[in-house]
Amino acid sequence: MAPLPARLRQNVGVSVKQDSLSVSLTVGAYGSAFGAASVAAHFSVLQTCLLSLLTFSGASQFAVIGVLGGGGSAISGIATATLLGTRNALYGVQMAPRLKIRGWRRIVGAQITIDESTGVALSQSDEKSAQEGFWFTGFGVFIFWNIFTVLGALGAQAIGNPSAWGLDAAVPAAFLGLVWPRLKTKSHWVIAATAIILALSLAPFAPAGVPIIATTILAVVFGWRA
Amino acid sequence: MSPQWIAVIGTSALVFGLKYLGHSVPERFLQNARITHINALVPIVLLSALVAIQTLTDKTKLVIDHRAAGVAVALIALKLKAPFPVVVISAAATSALLFHFA
Repeated sequence: MAPLPARLRQNVGVSVKQDSLSVSLTVGAYGSAFGAASVAAHFSVLQTCLLSLLTFSGASQFAVIGVLGGGGSAISGIATATLLGTRNALYGVQMAPRLKIRGWRRIVGAQITIDESTGVALSQSDEKSAQEGFWFTGFGVFIFWNIFTVLGALGAQAIGNPSAWGLDAAVPAAFLGLVWPRLKTKSHWVIAATAIILALSLAPFAPAGVPIIATTILAVVFGWRA
Repeated sequence: MSPQWIAVIGTSALVFGLKYLGHSVPERFLQNARITHINALVPIVLLSALVAIQTLTDKTKLVIDHRAAGVAVALIALKLKAPFPVVVISAAATSALLFHFA
């Protein structure tokens, strides 16, 4: 990639931080919903906060409290959450060559390898912005997610229904904003549309998370022929 | 130990293990052209699926509700080349308004 003029490069940096901050705030605020839901599912405030600190993967966290709250066993809760977590392994494979980290940095980087940090990083056009996007978004979401988890857990009613704040639409809108710049060719649009159709057709039958993971099959099929 | 504690510890250990595993796969694994192609498509399919699932499903049911309106507004904002925060906030505002008044 040709080097950008200094002024442009600066703008790129600003836009990465802007992307990171908006994603962090939006997604982080959703932590209040997790905090409230977790306490409602009979997890203690301490257990709720530990899930956000240590598991730190929204879908997996919602899955584990959902299964146990609905009367499921610890094993089935762990299994569902882990199945959802395989997505993060896939993200790690993508991020490793871009981050080039070892030792304790790899441990920290692995922990903040989630949908949002990977999404922001992969939507950048050069390696430096990708790294910035990953770290800013990863730490940003981690901080806000954990703060809002405590708030949600302590005052389940304080923030109330996330729908009332439009948060339940803001999160998919954020994902839409992240996939948008990646849809560069007609075949990308076809693949995206196919992924949507597959995910929605599986949703009524497959356990939560599986319709999303299943679409990686499409990436393999389309990528194989390319 | 209560089932909740087993779930908290088990989930945290396994999900972190998966994250770390992803970062530790040898790099040569990625130097194959086919793997690179597949890798480039992975975020497109996953992000598209996340948009659809988080907009149009409620647990296992397919639904069209206030969220769909919010995401439709986000789509328009993106077409008009609006910056990211505008896209997200316009979606949230639309969805919240419909949630309260529709």
